[in-house]
Amino acid sequence: MSVSFCGIELAHPVINGSGTFDALAAQRVFGDALHEHFPFAAFVSKTITLQPRAGNPPPRLWEAQAGMINSIGLPNKGLDAYLQEDLPELARLSVPLITNVMGSTAEELAELACACDERAEIAAIELNVSCPNVKTGLDIGADPTQLSSVIKRVRPATVKPLIVKLTPNSADVAACALAAEGAGADAVSLINTLRAYAPAPARRGGERSPGPWLGGGTGGLSGPAVRPVALAQVSAVVARVSIPVVGMGGIQTADHARQFLDLGATLIAIGSESFRDPLVAGQIAQALAA
Amino acid sequence: MSTCISGLPAALTPFGRRRLTVTANDRLGAYRVLRTADPDGPRPVAGQFAMLAAVERWGGGEDERPFLPRAFSYARWQGGEAHFLLEDVGPGTHRLCELAAGDEIWLLGPLGRGFALPQSARRPLLVGGGVGIAPLAIWQDALLAEGSAVALSVLLGFRDGAHAEGAALLTNAILASDDGSVGHRGVVTDLLDSELDRDAQAAVYACGPPPMLEAVRALCERRQVPAQLALESGMACGFGACFGCVVPTRAGYVRLCVDGPVLDTGELERI
Repeated sequence: MSVSFCGIELAHPVINGSGTFDALAAQRVFGDALHEHFPFAAFVSKTITLQPRAGNPPPRLWEAQAGMINSIGLPNKGLDAYLQEDLPELARLSVPLITNVMGSTAEELAELACACDERAEIAAIELNVSCPNVKTGLDIGADPTQLSSVIKRVRPATVKPLIVKLTPNSADVAACALAAEGAGADAVSLINTLRAYAPAPARRGGERSPGPWLGGGTGGLSGPAVRPVALAQVSAVVARVSIPVVGMGGIQTADHARQFLDLGATLIAIGSESFRDPLVAGQIAQALAA
Repeated sequence: MSTCISGLPAALTPFGRRRLTVTANDRLGAYRVLRTADPDGPRPVAGQFAMLAAVERWGGGEDERPFLPRAFSYARWQGGEAHFLLEDVGPGTHRLCELAAGDEIWLLGPLGRGFALPQSARRPLLVGGGVGIAPLAIWQDALLAEGSAVALSVLLGFRDGAHAEGAALLTNAILASDDGSVGHRGVVTDLLDSELDRDAQAAVYACGPPPMLEAVRALCERRQVPAQLALESGMACGFGACFGCVVPTRAGYVRLCVDGPVLDTGELERI
């Protein structure tokens, strides 16, 4: 069941979605057992930004119908601390590392990619292009023309494989994927979470307080609720591009994984389901190999 | 890493959830005490928690929930059985309250940092509110086993008489109730104030709803009494993956699942 992805040899096609598994925290909690049964064929980091981010104020979670809405806000210690403190630790994992980065401008993304390019521990770079453009307010990745110009700026900064994590909150995700390919992306991954809103629930006694539940106002919907959307978007993207596609969105079982692989995804990623069962990705990989 | 009563570090959490059999689910006033056999589970440190989900019909309740597992403090560990205190307040707790002996649950745990022993000169003072009394029961068990029985005080507050029946989980508790049906009419922090008037050489251990914990924190800060608070927050995973359970501290946001759920009041600005 081994698979080649952008020149990287992986033991199986199951990886994690960015921001859904913290290997360093898991190592503290589970010890060496984490390494002995590491569930993923490659490890994708949380999103790293140039400067440290505290993340959004709580509450950050809401359980939705067959899924969840998160408004975490990309907390991270910033590029320098990630490279100095976390990366050497992550390199102890037995699988290739993919570092996910986000910037609000093409220049920031290029700087992040350039810094990652210098580190041998990093096998590939994933660009989170779901950050709003400070001028237009639209996600950088939501507009094919803007996405193309961003990737053209980032591409020369690294020789490592460049994966573009597409936003599902766009008018035409396949056009965005095509633009990414045309600008030099080596692969695309999708879907990111769907923008979602959770109203504050009634308090005990029925008292309602209008407004959002989540500290960040809106959040991202994930889990089995989004799987049909993810399948539709992966299907549309696979039809338009010839670069590898990483499919994700609500995958809970090997059957779900096969649905994405059957559409033509090269890899699949597990996100929310790891919250419910930290071993599930490894079990899916085993079932796919059987 | 937390230290358990014997001074040894808490055991690592087994990697992966365990499929366990419910041995009992008994009514205790407005609550239920869910027991499950956990033959391969490490002994939890008081204050640690587990993520629980029913194996069957987890999902399909109100609003098609629950989806995520739910975090519960260990209330007791006895003869290879874990005990959890449940209150039916939403789709997750509702489903767990329905379970009967022989049904199966998923359990990931024990997780998090638990309570630590007081400095020897201070007597342990346990303060609980509502379903938050759970971690204080296992902590009282540990303290009694350690021989701290002499000066141990337990103060518990509840909404009403039906909820106050939960006090049976601990021994020798002094009670308060909002409606005055049991014990002192008022809040448990009234009792705490009196206890500290009597003898302020105490180390406070508290768990309960946020307004109660904030009152305990403010009171202990004013009186310069050390306090460890077991906090609660919605969690998706319990092992540091989702970053959903953060609370603000003097050092910024920390994840309650891996850096808590027990925090020293000194770490907290307010709750």
